[in-house]
Amino acid sequence: MVPLLAAPVAALVPHPRVAWAITVGAAGWALYAATGLLGRVMEEGVIRYELGGWSPPLGIEYRVDAVNAWVILIVATIGAITALYALRSVERELERDRIPLFYAAFILCMTGLLGIAVTGDVFNVFVFLEISSLSAYGLIAMGQDRRALTSSYQYLIMGSVGATFIVIGIGLMYGMTGTLNMMDLAERLPAVMDTRTIPVAFAFLTVGFSLKLALFPLHLWLPNAYTFAPSTVTAFIASTATKVAVYMMLRFFFTVFGAAFAFDVMNVDMILLPLSLVAIFSMSLVAIYQDNAKRLLAYSSVAQIGYMVLGISFATVMGLTAGIIHLFNHALMKAVLFMALGAVFYRVGSVELEAMRGLGKRMPWTMGAFVAGGLSLIGVPLTVGFISKWYLITGALEKGWWPVAVLVLITSLMAVIYVWKVIEVAYFHEFPGSEDDDGALEAPLALLIPTWALVFVNVYFGVDASLTSRIAGDAARILLGEGAP
Amino acid sequence: MSPENLMIAALLTPLVGGLLIVLTGSWPNLRESVTLVTAGITLALVANLVPGVLEGGRPELTLIEMLPGLELRFRLEPLGMIYAGVAALLWPVNSLYSIGYMRGNNEKKQTRFYLCFALAIFSALGIAFAGNLITLFVFYEVLTFSTYPLVTHKGNEDAMKAGRVYLGILVTTSIGLLLLAIVWTSVLAGTLEFTPGGILAGNVQPGMAGLLLMLFMFGIGKAALMPVHRWLPAAMVAPTPVSALLHAVAVVKAGVFSVVKIVVYVFGIDFLASLDTTQWLLWISGFTVLSASIVALRILIQQGNLKKMLAYSTVSQLSYIILAAALFSSMGATGGSLHIVAHAFGKITLFFAAGALYTAAHKTEIFQLRGVGWRMPWTMGAFAVGALSMIGLPPAGGFISKWYMMIGAFQAEQMVAFGVLILSTLLNAAYFAPILYMAFFQSEEPLRAAYADGHDPWHVDWDHGEAPWPIVAALTTTAALTVLLFFFPDVPLELARAVGESGLTAGLGD
Repeated sequence: MVPLLAAPVAALVPHPRVAWAITVGAAGWALYAATGLLGRVMEEGVIRYELGGWSPPLGIEYRVDAVNAWVILIVATIGAITALYALRSVERELERDRIPLFYAAFILCMTGLLGIAVTGDVFNVFVFLEISSLSAYGLIAMGQDRRALTSSYQYLIMGSVGATFIVIGIGLMYGMTGTLNMMDLAERLPAVMDTRTIPVAFAFLTVGFSLKLALFPLHLWLPNAYTFAPSTVTAFIASTATKVAVYMMLRFFFTVFGAAFAFDVMNVDMILLPLSLVAIFSMSLVAIYQDNAKRLLAYSSVAQIGYMVLGISFATVMGLTAGIIHLFNHALMKAVLFMALGAVFYRVGSVELEAMRGLGKRMPWTMGAFVAGGLSLIGVPLTVGFISKWYLITGALEKGWWPVAVLVLITSLMAVIYVWKVIEVAYFHEFPGSEDDDGALEAPLALLIPTWALVFVNVYFGVDASLTSRIAGDAARILLGEGAP
Repeated sequence: MSPENLMIAALLTPLVGGLLIVLTGSWPNLRESVTLVTAGITLALVANLVPGVLEGGRPELTLIEMLPGLELRFRLEPLGMIYAGVAALLWPVNSLYSIGYMRGNNEKKQTRFYLCFALAIFSALGIAFAGNLITLFVFYEVLTFSTYPLVTHKGNEDAMKAGRVYLGILVTTSIGLLLLAIVWTSVLAGTLEFTPGGILAGNVQPGMAGLLLMLFMFGIGKAALMPVHRWLPAAMVAPTPVSALLHAVAVVKAGVFSVVKIVVYVFGIDFLASLDTTQWLLWISGFTVLSASIVALRILIQQGNLKKMLAYSTVSQLSYIILAAALFSSMGATGGSLHIVAHAFGKITLFFAAGALYTAAHKTEIFQLRGVGWRMPWTMGAFAVGALSMIGLPPAGGFISKWYMMIGAFQAEQMVAFGVLILSTLLNAAYFAPILYMAFFQSEEPLRAAYADGHDPWHVDWDHGEAPWPIVAALTTTAALTVLLFFFPDVPLELARAVGESGLTAGLGD
């Protein structure tokens, strides 16, 4: 919770670099705490903390098991690395006097996301959701391009609609059960399952989450927001905000309502499955036709979220494991890709494909990171992407869903095409400027080191995924209520 | 060194060599010495593995566990030994040839060229040593990506287009079909280990087995079974050493190696022979053998590009091996494994000769070969040996493998396969013999006169002699190997027999 305290401090500090140092400190502390937390959860099982000493269900309870410890670690890792990355990138893209505000918003956003993950209280989820969303709107609006304002506004409208739906859902549940604690809800809900109110609450929540996690066709806010936001923000939000929304969906479906209600009574898989398939397919197709590298990746993100939701819709241990492991893996690869693009923007001032000609030679390390991230996105063996694909396809085949497995592979090939588009421009087209033009030389180390640190993580967990797969498997079993440790 | 350590050392040597090649990139002489020394060490290491495998040793080691049940594992058995041996034996020869070729033609970016070559050999050895399907798949993909820069080496529009076809077909088939087949196998059998006698018997219904086999066979695009063969002719835009080693040996042999491996160690010969949903493989490979030969013959008649003709000849010869595997008999598997060696020696000789013609005289088209036999006696002599091996005549190695394949066809009572073998022999003769006739018994004078006025898009040098010495030395060596294989086939034959036996029933050959 350190970040929450750090935010106003960062906002008040006049000097950008000091604000940055505070941000890095806070993010680093969060990462340290998250690592410790995950270690303890894996050993001891559930950890509870009663906020202010009020015992639940009256007080707010923080409750951490393998599922959210995992999500917390994702947010903290990406937060810490993008915070390191922010220094130079933000100096380049923002006016000086706005920088402290930027860091304040950044920390707030991270706090909100961590809060959603850590809390065991549904209304608290909503509060943190608003914290993270409002600060995210602000962050996006700071983009250099004036279109950042409209895209932030678009996100604001759609995000608020989503949040409203969520709060209505929560309100209805509270009305029926008189509690806001997740565990309590899970106990009391079965008694009132037969009323019409609970299915309505469920529907409101589903739509709200789908908006937040940008499930097709509720993804319209995402491409613009990603494209026009400052590079650091894109890297951070793309790899955390939607992931946390997926976590909320998992938590509500499986822990609060219970898999039996969500999938057998409400048949939510009948909605999620087709939507996610359409998302994967159509968004990959749209990505192929983009001319702006950031927008291309944004559409690819919507498709990738489709993979996660697809895994959830299987409602089997294998499917959920695939979805949860892809949460982590996709966060890793998208962060690398967006950070590499941030480095390109730092030097070239644009991420239009046109402007990226010949960069393979001019910025070998940056584009090398992009290629590594791209390979991971495609799902080439020895990268994390492969592990996700492996689980997803195994899950589909286990259920006997042939066409789904085939579709996943076809869309992997579409990923080859859109990643290749960027690579071909960067490596096989001539640099347009003159040779001694120093406008597009290698990015500074302050950008490269965080990017390559993530590349390393990408490969490490691709080669040896036993740790990630164990955690994801545990999380999946907890959610399905099978042999929770 | 223990066999396990030898395997690791053999894998690491090309990697370390690649690193040294990059470091010594500014000094060409040093860089080429590094390549040659690395190739020599790799060969010595691989050669040291042979006796152990002949005695029945199956060295294995687990590198890393990616997921529970999903490991990177190596396990050397006779078939892998054959493939690794061929790749390691031909790499030094090819390096020698490359030096002559790349310098003779003043090619650019030679450091990248030698680096990618080392990486390709590394992945070829990885494929050969693979102990399970997933390891095979990983190195298969590495091979695809490491050879892409070699195919597009020239960097012009044509090369880029061919590169796109190359990558497009190979990646599409491997991710779209092969990966699916592998995951499916893992779901069905619960394991991906290569096991003598197969892992699928009893785990899959006949109809599904047919479908699965189809996924595997077309998923392995490198085996160039029609209709996924188009990448091979396209890849001929690469410099000739690449076509020689990669598209006559490492890449395409990785394909047929995987085919034989999967037939023998994943399905099991007995299991496949007991099914009637898998016979289509025989037909489609037979069809590929014949139609690719006919295309090659058409190129001869049109007097087109020599390398393209050789490429189609490769497509046809690769399907011999698939055909032999599709006989689902132990003799067939033996013949197929042996043909991996025989075809490698013969075809690399032919490509070397084609590259020698280009280096010495910029001759790339078949009609330009009139009278060339007397100007380049060594080159065309080696070409003749290679051609004999392709046709399957003594005293070339191709005869022995064809012999075993024919016995296999008899054994399996597959007269169709027998007919295909006979017919294709005639076709092979029909497109190789005229070239030899043109080269040795026709005069170049009329051609020379026709192009004397300077309208020559190929810039042929008509007063050429023999190619530079490294090239001649290399192609003489491979031609000699082709002949030696006929007279002393013991080692590869022993290994090939062991392959045939281990496919029959678990525990017999292993």
